[in-house]
Amino acid sequence: MSRKISEEQYRKTRSYRLARWLDGTKDPYVGEVEMRPQPVPKEENWRQRELRRKEKRDMLTHVYDIERNRELKAFRIAYQAVSVAFCLFLVLMLLIAVSYLPTIGHPENPANNEVSARYIENGLQETGSVNIVTGMILDYRAFDTLGESHVLFIATCTVLILLRLDGKKGRNARDVRVEDDSAHEPENDAVLQLVARILVPPIIIFGIYVILGGHLGPGGGFSGGAIIGAGLILFVNAFGFEKTERFFRASTYKKLSVTALGCYSLSKCYSFYTGANHIESVIPLGTPGAILSSGLILILNICVGIVVAGTMYTFYAMFRKGGY
Amino acid sequence: MALVQNFPFISIILSLAAGPVSSVLGAKKAKWLNLLVITVIGAMSAAVLAFVVGTGESYVYTMGHFPAPWGNEIRVGVLEALMALFFCVVMLLCMLGGSRERFLELEESKENLYYVLVNLLLSSLLALIYTNDLFTAYVFVEINTISACGLIMIKQNGRTIEAATRYMIMSLLGSGLFLLGICFLYDLTGHLLMSNIQEQVRAIKAAGTYHLPLLVCVCLMSVGLAIKSALYPFHAWLPDAYGYSTLSSAAILSSLVSKGYVFLLIKIFFRVIGFGIIDDSKVIDVLFAFGIAGMIMGSVDAIREDDVRRMIAYSSVAQIGYIYVGLGLGTTTGVIASLYHILSHAATKALLFVAVSGLTDASGDSTDFFDLTGAGYRNRLAGVAFTVGSFSMVGIPLFAGFISKYLFARAAIWSDSKMLVTLVALAVSTILNAVYFMKTVIRIYTPEHPAVLKKKKFRAVTVSDQPAKSAAMVCFIILNLILGLSSEPIVHLLERGMNMFA
Repeated sequence: MSRKISEEQYRKTRSYRLARWLDGTKDPYVGEVEMRPQPVPKEENWRQRELRRKEKRDMLTHVYDIERNRELKAFRIAYQAVSVAFCLFLVLMLLIAVSYLPTIGHPENPANNEVSARYIENGLQETGSVNIVTGMILDYRAFDTLGESHVLFIATCTVLILLRLDGKKGRNARDVRVEDDSAHEPENDAVLQLVARILVPPIIIFGIYVILGGHLGPGGGFSGGAIIGAGLILFVNAFGFEKTERFFRASTYKKLSVTALGCYSLSKCYSFYTGANHIESVIPLGTPGAILSSGLILILNICVGIVVAGTMYTFYAMFRKGGY
Repeated sequence: MALVQNFPFISIILSLAAGPVSSVLGAKKAKWLNLLVITVIGAMSAAVLAFVVGTGESYVYTMGHFPAPWGNEIRVGVLEALMALFFCVVMLLCMLGGSRERFLELEESKENLYYVLVNLLLSSLLALIYTNDLFTAYVFVEINTISACGLIMIKQNGRTIEAATRYMIMSLLGSGLFLLGICFLYDLTGHLLMSNIQEQVRAIKAAGTYHLPLLVCVCLMSVGLAIKSALYPFHAWLPDAYGYSTLSSAAILSSLVSKGYVFLLIKIFFRVIGFGIIDDSKVIDVLFAFGIAGMIMGSVDAIREDDVRRMIAYSSVAQIGYIYVGLGLGTTTGVIASLYHILSHAATKALLFVAVSGLTDASGDSTDFFDLTGAGYRNRLAGVAFTVGSFSMVGIPLFAGFISKYLFARAAIWSDSKMLVTLVALAVSTILNAVYFMKTVIRIYTPEHPAVLKKKKFRAVTVSDQPAKSAAMVCFIILNLILGLSSEPIVHLLERGMNMFA
């Protein structure tokens, strides 16, 4: 059954808007999306432009006095020539050396020895992890991974030292003024916000899945943490720092990372101590393939995931505005 | 397994865990935690040393439930325990000596991060000393590099940022080459554990295959670690990094960080590749030549420098040259001389940095050579400390530096081809050392005209003004005298350690 509707009612329907959009009489984003033009660079007249170009051109000459400084000129040329020659030499040497290495994939290679054989054959029974790689990095060679997660932590610390702006409080505070560059970006970008609203939950859930399933299939703390970190960065891009600071602040990151690293160190302390002193570990390996299995690996994966996600987000926040 | 045998592993984990914990503490608590951790680890290392000396053999500690080629392990002998103990002592004194500078120069809100870096640096040094696994060594080299970078730039001004950038680039180049070397070695041997690699390398050598890749791999690892420890032609990052960073950073970097890499290189030579193969490969001859060049050129650069801290920094280039010359002699006595020089240089260079900062405190914070005129009268303890350090560096008997020079000369005599070069270089370098160190000692004891002092507003500094720094200087002087006067038991320990090491 069809019925006639008035012109006014018709204007409210989707099909009318679609028709207008199709024939180009209406842009659906006008009035809906905030579109801020990029700021126009300050006009400079030809005299200023000429001056700027000339200064740039003459800078080297003025600073180093290139024309009269023969020694420096010779040094620069020699420096460039030597560096090119050195790089070529290094590349050539490495290529030649690589050509002498054992053939890739040959069964007689030295790398195919009892070490990898045991990882592959007994990895499942000994670590309880279906994913052999996870079992290798978090159980057989856990000490390396313990170091590796602290590498991430210390990298964050150095970035904090370099980029965190603490304002003018406290002793020896640096008074650094930075231009707030968020003015150049739209505040409420409808497209980005819609996409983020749709994508962020699945991304974070997928990250959690990758972390929790690290011992069952491809994945683990490092990759899952990176996914969660990417989700957080997308969220902060769409909704701004005020929204994320409701649940994730610098203090949250500190507490999380200290808890995660402490948990990691403690659990590894236990397994190193019992292992070296030949004490039987009381932690059950569980049924391989079940989510609660493979002893400490699941906990370690969660710890690594938290550290990686926090590191990624902190890096972004530091480079973006020097604090959060 | 005795409880003492767990101490190396506990000390690594303890310092590793202290890093994140100090990031949530305030600056003061973090400082005390750091001092406590270093002291506890030093005490534990002393216990381990006593234990290993008692049993007379090194032992292997499995990190986890899986034995050697599958899991990680650390190996502890006399040499490792001695190095760990010594590094802890020097680090404790450096932190003590530089506490006033840290208070004056670091941002208050970031001071606790300094202790995070120091704790993690200590754990990486311990791991480099104890590890028996090449890849673990690489992971902790990374921690070492990043924390050293942070230590340089935490005193934030243009100079330190530039120095840190330079250090980062050079050091990453070194790490990259080292990693490439490990990759080559893994491809050739299929192992990452040092003892297993050595077995395989022997087999390869006996079979006569893979000669070229092995040579390339030895070159890559040596050059990588040489860059990181500032051997002569790769030392461009050094003067700025040591000259402008805050006092405790400069002292720790010069006395410990570069030595950690040298120790790793010695470990690779003896435990991974085998010294016989290294000796055949002529790589050590190259290191020897670089070392000789460093001994001379480092001192020449130091003579030309007017900034006292940069002068001391350049002197490090010369001293690293000595260490590589000892390695390059290709004999065990040479390596023992190098190891002794690692100890004596660590004790002396840290003392010099602390003493110079004491002198500059009495000269209006200027590091200019001419402003130090008469500084020895204005800060008497620092003057004495600087004189002791200089005597030790030049190699006056009674002080640590003399013994290491004596050991180098003794080692050189056993080498046919390199004897003359080494002895001549030692003599020349000693004279050059004397030129710039004695010049400075004379300068700080030349009385300055009172009118000039008044005009520049220099004021005297007494011991009670800077108790921590004075205590550190006194301890360093004692350490120097111990190394200089009773070297016999220490050399004996090093010899026993070398026998257990390979």
